[in-house]
Amino acid sequence: MNNSVTNTARLLGAGLRALLVLTLLTGVLYPLAVTGIAQALFHNKANGSEITADGRVVGSALIGQAYNLPLKKGQETPEPDLKWFQGRPQNGLGANSVNTQYKLILSGATNRSADNKDLIDWVTAAKAAVIKDNSTADYKVKPSDVPADAVTSSGSGLDPDISPQYARIQVHRIAEQNGLTVAQVQHLVAEHTTGRTLGFMGEPRVNVLELNIALKALVAEN
Amino acid sequence: MGPVLAGVLQLLALMAALALAHIPLGTYMARVYSSDKHWRVEKWIYKGIGADPNTEMRWPAYLRGVLAFSAAGVLFLYLLQRLQGVLPGSLGFASIDPDQAFNTAVSFVTNTNWQSYYGEQAMGHVVQTAGLAVQNFVSAAVGIAVAVALVRGFARSRTGELGNFWADMVRGVVRILLPGAFVAAIVLVACGVIQNFSGIHEVGQFMGGSQQWNGGAVASQEAIKELGTNGGGYFNANSAHPFENPTPFTNLFEIFLLLVIPFALTRTFGVMVGSVKQGYAILATMATIWIGFTALMMWTEFAHHGPAFDIAGGAMEGKETRFGVGASSIFATATTLTSTGAVDSFHSSFTGLGGGITMLGMMLGEIAPGGTGSGLYGMLIMAIIAVFIAGLMVGRTPEYLGKKIGTREIKLAACYILITPALVLVFTAAAMALPTPGHSMTNSGAHGFSEILYAYTSASNNNGSAFAGLNADTQWFNSTLGLCMLLGRFLPMVFVLALAGSLAEQRPVPETAGTLRTNKPLFVGLLVGAILIITGLTYFPALALGPLAEGLAS
Repeated sequence: MNNSVTNTARLLGAGLRALLVLTLLTGVLYPLAVTGIAQALFHNKANGSEITADGRVVGSALIGQAYNLPLKKGQETPEPDLKWFQGRPQNGLGANSVNTQYKLILSGATNRSADNKDLIDWVTAAKAAVIKDNSTADYKVKPSDVPADAVTSSGSGLDPDISPQYARIQVHRIAEQNGLTVAQVQHLVAEHTTGRTLGFMGEPRVNVLELNIALKALVAEN
Repeated sequence: MGPVLAGVLQLLALMAALALAHIPLGTYMARVYSSDKHWRVEKWIYKGIGADPNTEMRWPAYLRGVLAFSAAGVLFLYLLQRLQGVLPGSLGFASIDPDQAFNTAVSFVTNTNWQSYYGEQAMGHVVQTAGLAVQNFVSAAVGIAVAVALVRGFARSRTGELGNFWADMVRGVVRILLPGAFVAAIVLVACGVIQNFSGIHEVGQFMGGSQQWNGGAVASQEAIKELGTNGGGYFNANSAHPFENPTPFTNLFEIFLLLVIPFALTRTFGVMVGSVKQGYAILATMATIWIGFTALMMWTEFAHHGPAFDIAGGAMEGKETRFGVGASSIFATATTLTSTGAVDSFHSSFTGLGGGITMLGMMLGEIAPGGTGSGLYGMLIMAIIAVFIAGLMVGRTPEYLGKKIGTREIKLAACYILITPALVLVFTAAAMALPTPGHSMTNSGAHGFSEILYAYTSASNNNGSAFAGLNADTQWFNSTLGLCMLLGRFLPMVFVLALAGSLAEQRPVPETAGTLRTNKPLFVGLLVGAILIITGLTYFPALALGPLAEGLAS
């Protein structure tokens, strides 16, 4: 009995030593080496692909933002600022519930199933809003024009992109709100549309932050 | 080009990359585990451990090594989380509660990477990098070591010796996982995955104000998270988070990483048993199931049946624009057919049938191609079952790779395949019968049941993905899922190693005209059939109550 206890202890000791040595290798040296190379060669990307406009950082090219009007008194959900291109709904996004000394973005999805009542309500409301917001005096958005990404939340809640189709149906509204011609805005969208990588990877998309930065510059020019 | 064609082309590109990579990598791994030379850094490590890497171990000694090393891992990771509040380099994050720390420690040591915490708000740099990411390496290396021990059981005769656990595990880390992860991490950073130790970033926004996000050593962890089929995300959104998976290319690259070692191990197996054709038969079986499942997934996701998707005009809920439906379907299938559990889109918001495919992938035992190591040994167990069934049909004693599958062998194989279904079904039933666990559901009806069935399937098969609406941070789920992960990882390993020991002791039986040729397409068909029928019979009632009910209603 004593013998087997000693043996077990000896074996556990070996396991612990193995773990500590490998922690030094894979948990200290490896991440430090990768960080060193990353910071030296890809400084901006390794630190979050931040974008500067008008001399200040306005976000990360990879992290989607909300383009809303400031909350009015008594309002709980903000209204979209229709001057700017709108991204996808972010119903899965949260705020941190622990370590509340910070106000961290908590990435995430809604995890609602297709037959979930909340999701059906959200999608229905979002579709109605997209149609209403984007229809102008001489341009009517048809329900069949609204792509799925415009009315659904993404996996991360931080999707920086929208589909080219969702950008297209916002063009008339953006032109009207900013005193631009439809052709000008269409040109802007086309310039900021990224196709599939190598023609087949992923889906075509438009980065909303970059598009809005360009839009702001265009409005300032006019 | 339409999205369907683009999805198919991405799948074909992935197949081509894997076909190219698996032969050199598999042959290299066979050399790693057959070589009697030690690298200098390995000798230092063995000195640190105090182990002689040249001692041959019989199966009980090999198993004791696995268990001792894993127990030390659970203990260390548990303490690291419990002490986080006083550890430097932890952003001032609080310590993790005991039940969640237990669950997380077990989860990463068992290669599951189930997460009942939110990475970005709970885990600081030290726990992520020196705790969780380390287990991403070593748990994968342990899996490969056990698979290699089983392969040696087939390859060796009249000895009970299976190799040295410490040497196998250390070589897996030093010669395979570390170089692979290093290269992959640099590729990921070059594409936009973050890698820094600068804590919380406060960044301005377009509309004014600022947002706070969590920096960290993400690329280095992301690389091994996929390569080691671990799957635990740095951020809550896992590989859907743009900082973990920023582009369509990184998405395909990450899928490649999580599939490449499991597929290449079939080559390692073929080389080590002296017949690469035997390896091709296993590879063909895995590939058939993988491609079939991926095709089914794409079909159901593009067809997008379900009330909310009918209104939206597509199943984009929980999916990222840059990946779309096609690439998300490929990722979801690959991650659940391996023991990865990383996600680039949220399975709970897939169509009813799509969610069912992710569950069925795990229920197969994650063998097509499965986790690093665990996929190969799981598949070899199924091969033993298949030759046994074939033997029953013709009334011959079954044999596989020149070894008789006798009473002892078939008992061990049967025990292996009974463990996870028992864990999944018993614990799901218990959770449904008890009054409180159901309160954790986000969705109701069939999908609510699926959330719980998915959780126990994922934990018991060491996958780690979730129908994440389930609030799993409760004492009940943290404890029972932790238990499922432990039993689902180590009990099968006991049977695999016992089986390896008993095979290694046998003398080889000469091949005769009556021997079932296990390197031919007929055997591949038999094996695919056996896998699907055994799993189908085991889980059909449970699947009918959950994803089938949901999928057929819409």
